[in-house]
Amino acid sequence: MPSLKDIRNRITSVKSTQKITSALKMVAASKLRRAQEQAEAGRPYAERMGRMLASLAANVAGSLEAPRLMVGTGEDKVHLLVVMTADRGLAGGFNSSIVRATKRTIQSLQAQGKTVKLLCVGRKGRDLLRREFPSLIVASFEDVGKKRLSFADADMVTNKLLELFDTGAFDVATIVYNKFKSAMTQEVTLQQVIPFAAPEVSNDAGEVAGRSVYEFEPTEEAILTDLLPRNLAIQVYSALLESAASFFGAQMTAMDSATRNAGEMIKKYTLIYNRTRQASITKELIEIISGAEAV
Amino acid sequence: MADKVEFELVSPEKLLVSQPVTMVVVPGAEGFLGVLPGHAPMIVTVKPGVIDIYANDMTTITQRIFVAGGFCEITGGRVTVLAEEASDLAALKSLDRAGLEKDLADLNEDLADAKTETERHLIEQKLGIVLAKLNAQGETLH
Repeated sequence: MPSLKDIRNRITSVKSTQKITSALKMVAASKLRRAQEQAEAGRPYAERMGRMLASLAANVAGSLEAPRLMVGTGEDKVHLLVVMTADRGLAGGFNSSIVRATKRTIQSLQAQGKTVKLLCVGRKGRDLLRREFPSLIVASFEDVGKKRLSFADADMVTNKLLELFDTGAFDVATIVYNKFKSAMTQEVTLQQVIPFAAPEVSNDAGEVAGRSVYEFEPTEEAILTDLLPRNLAIQVYSALLESAASFFGAQMTAMDSATRNAGEMIKKYTLIYNRTRQASITKELIEIISGAEAV
Repeated sequence: MADKVEFELVSPEKLLVSQPVTMVVVPGAEGFLGVLPGHAPMIVTVKPGVIDIYANDMTTITQRIFVAGGFCEITGGRVTVLAEEASDLAALKSLDRAGLEKDLADLNEDLADAKTETERHLIEQKLGIVLAKLNAQGETLH
């Protein structure tokens, strides 16, 4: 039976925890809004880049010398997984769901006899994966976009990717990240970036190509060679943005439920506290009365 | 035919400029490119340099923007420039010239140390940007 003082201490400690979690929730909410705005702002560029790429790809399709970034190395042996997690925890299942998906992918790829390499973005993912697959990690980045995610951060990751690709370190690259659905839900997404899957010439693109036949300066191939690394950077950038938004969303939800749980706990302990207090008062009264009767 | 062309300058982080202009001159990889309404559809790579936006009379420049390379898509009524880095020429001018020259020297050193082809290519790109910045500083504002 805990004493009154124990319960009182417990209540104060839960109260201060609740203060922390609710503050963190507010912070995450405001950061989430900013991350969403940033994702919004980056959309026009990605959209136009996609449109340009579609019309270029339609022109180059079937031509002899398509760049390697688009057609790949012709092999499918070494897979590189770019694992995007956060540097911090306290965000519910955000990091662990990414790590779980990564482990599953590694196992299934290895079962098919493929070699897997890992490139970690974010401290948490690196720490968790290093325990199980220390030899697979080829590079890792930390503190990416710690203050504010900028395109330079994405560029840094992309340059590393391109460098590895040029030295023939891998054949296929896939990004594993949390796609932002809503503040409540994130979806673990695997997106293949190298070789770049050319956008299907859908009705939409066909219409564009039919309506305006572009002239190219310099040649299609030369532009494509320039454009593909840029496109890769954009895809990395948007994955980073999605991941950041998801992180704050997950953190906000996690902290919200933590705050609620703390509230429930406080209620429960206050009840116990009051009961115990009354019980001890009753006991004292009984003692006094029975003492008086005995006399 | 419309007498204006919709000009858009987009960076990965945001939409920088979106306005109708009479004429815009873009530094293409194979020479400067003046775009007027009704220009033939084109896709062009942009080299580091200055984009000039012209006023209605087509002789005075209303705005000069430095871009560090990118791509330009021209369709009948619209010009879209996708640039990685863009800044107003006035902002560029306030940059420290000595600092830029130091960057230049550093990059040249890096180039000599570069081992792989990719590395060299990257440094050459950066070098091009710094050189273009230096050139742009020498230009007039309007």
